[in-house]
Order: sequence, then C-alpha cells, then structure tokens
Amino acid sequence: MTVESAPAAIATPERETSPELREQRPNRTNELLIILESGDLERMWGTLILATSAAAAGMKVSVFLTFWGFYPLVRPGVRITGQNWMQRMLSFLNRPGIDHLRMSRLNFAGMGPWMAKRLARSQGVALPGELLEIAGSLGVRLIPCQMTMDLFGLRREDLVDGLEEPAGATTVLEMIANGATPLFI
Amino acid sequence: MTLLITHRLDARGLACPMPIVKSAQAIAGLVSGELLEVLATDPGSTKDFAAWARATGHELVEQSTPDDGVYRFVLRRK
Repeated sequence: MTVESAPAAIATPERETSPELREQRPNRTNELLIILESGDLERMWGTLILATSAAAAGMKVSVFLTFWGFYPLVRPGVRITGQNWMQRMLSFLNRPGIDHLRMSRLNFAGMGPWMAKRLARSQGVALPGELLEIAGSLGVRLIPCQMTMDLFGLRREDLVDGLEEPAGATTVLEMIANGATPLFI
Repeated sequence: MTLLITHRLDARGLACPMPIVKSAQAIAGLVSGELLEVLATDPGSTKDFAAWARATGHELVEQSTPDDGVYRFVLRRK
C-alpha cells in the first residue's frame, strides 16, 4: 500500500499549472465543437467519450451531426423515409438509431459491433446509447445538419427528442470563429 | 492530517470516461469545500483526475493506492 500526497504523486510539468500560460492558451471560450460526419460505431463512441468528458470538465460542448453521422439521430422505429426511390433506398440501407451503428472494419454483418459491445460490457465501458443519454444530462448540445436532413428526405418528427434546432455550415463556422475548439470526426 | 470525507463514490470497474463523468455529477451536489472520495480501477484515472482537477478548479487533495489495482482520489469542491 502506498499513500502519497497529490502534488508528489502527479508528475505535472510546471507549465500545465502556470496561470500565465493558461491565459495564453488560444481556447479561452472553454467551448468544444465536434463535427461528426461518420456513422461508424467507433467514431460515434469516440465522439461521445470526448463530449461527455469535456462536459464533465465544465466545457460547453456541441456536436454537429452531418451526413452518415445523422442516422443515429433518427428514431429507431423510423424505417422507409423520403419522397423518391433514392431517399427510400438510402433509408432502407441505413438502419437508424444509436444502437445500430456499423464498424468501419470487421463489421461482419453486425457480428463485429455485437462483440465490441460485449467486450465493452465486460470491461466496464459505457455503450454509445448510454453515453448519449449521459451527454444529454450533462448539457451536450446535439445539432442536426439541415442539409443532410433534406438530402435524406427526413423530417423533424423522424428524429429523436432532445435535439437543438437543425442548422448549417455557417452556424458551425461562427462557433469556430467565436473560439470553440473544433474537431472533425 | 485527517480529512473529513462526507461523500463517497465507487467507480470501480468503470472505464473512461465514466469515473470522471460520475465524479462530475457527484461533486455538483456538494457545497464548496466539501470532500468527495472516489475509488476507481481504471489505471488511466490517475492522469485523468489530475487533468480534470486542473480544468475544473476542484482540488485533488489526496491520491493513493489502497489496494492493488484500486486508485483512491480525494477531491475538494471549489
């Protein structure tokens, strides 16, 4: 058994705690913006881990969900959507919802994600669906991309609850211009 | 010095980011100056709690390893 006082136990470089240097950091707004373009399970997972961690550390966090990153926001029960055959085919081939994400590698028709989630469960790793709920409770803002919604032929009522108003690229760029740290995933 | 710990959180068996997330939720219910003890088994939590304390301003008062593979953190709410 070892008992150490905190300052000795943590090898922290001086610069990390120096208030002068903290002041010089470019990100003074304490705001994080994640642009999620991917609908892959592992990228959504990483996005939600970063988003919840940042929110837990007091950052204002927004996630802009666009293109393949959009389907996780569609209600799981909403299947064939759209006004023409291309949109209907898109929705047919992309089962929506946070629990039906595919992996970019080793998907094996769903075996990969199933095993990844089983492994996660045994290792105490929270699943994307759980993290999404926690993100909501921590005040993480989820912004659907209006253009993707139109492109895929989806309506506001097809989407899950608790989302911000749909927005576009200019909104996202303004957030970056105002000092939010941007991540494109 | 004996610390008067009034709040405890068992985050053993949880992986990143849950020990931090649960600590953030727990410490929000404390008043300034109160202490929260967290137990975790995630080896990454030693680095993460230090970074989290720096980011939030809560004080990491104590850090120890009471058992093999168990990490104990005592945090003071700012």
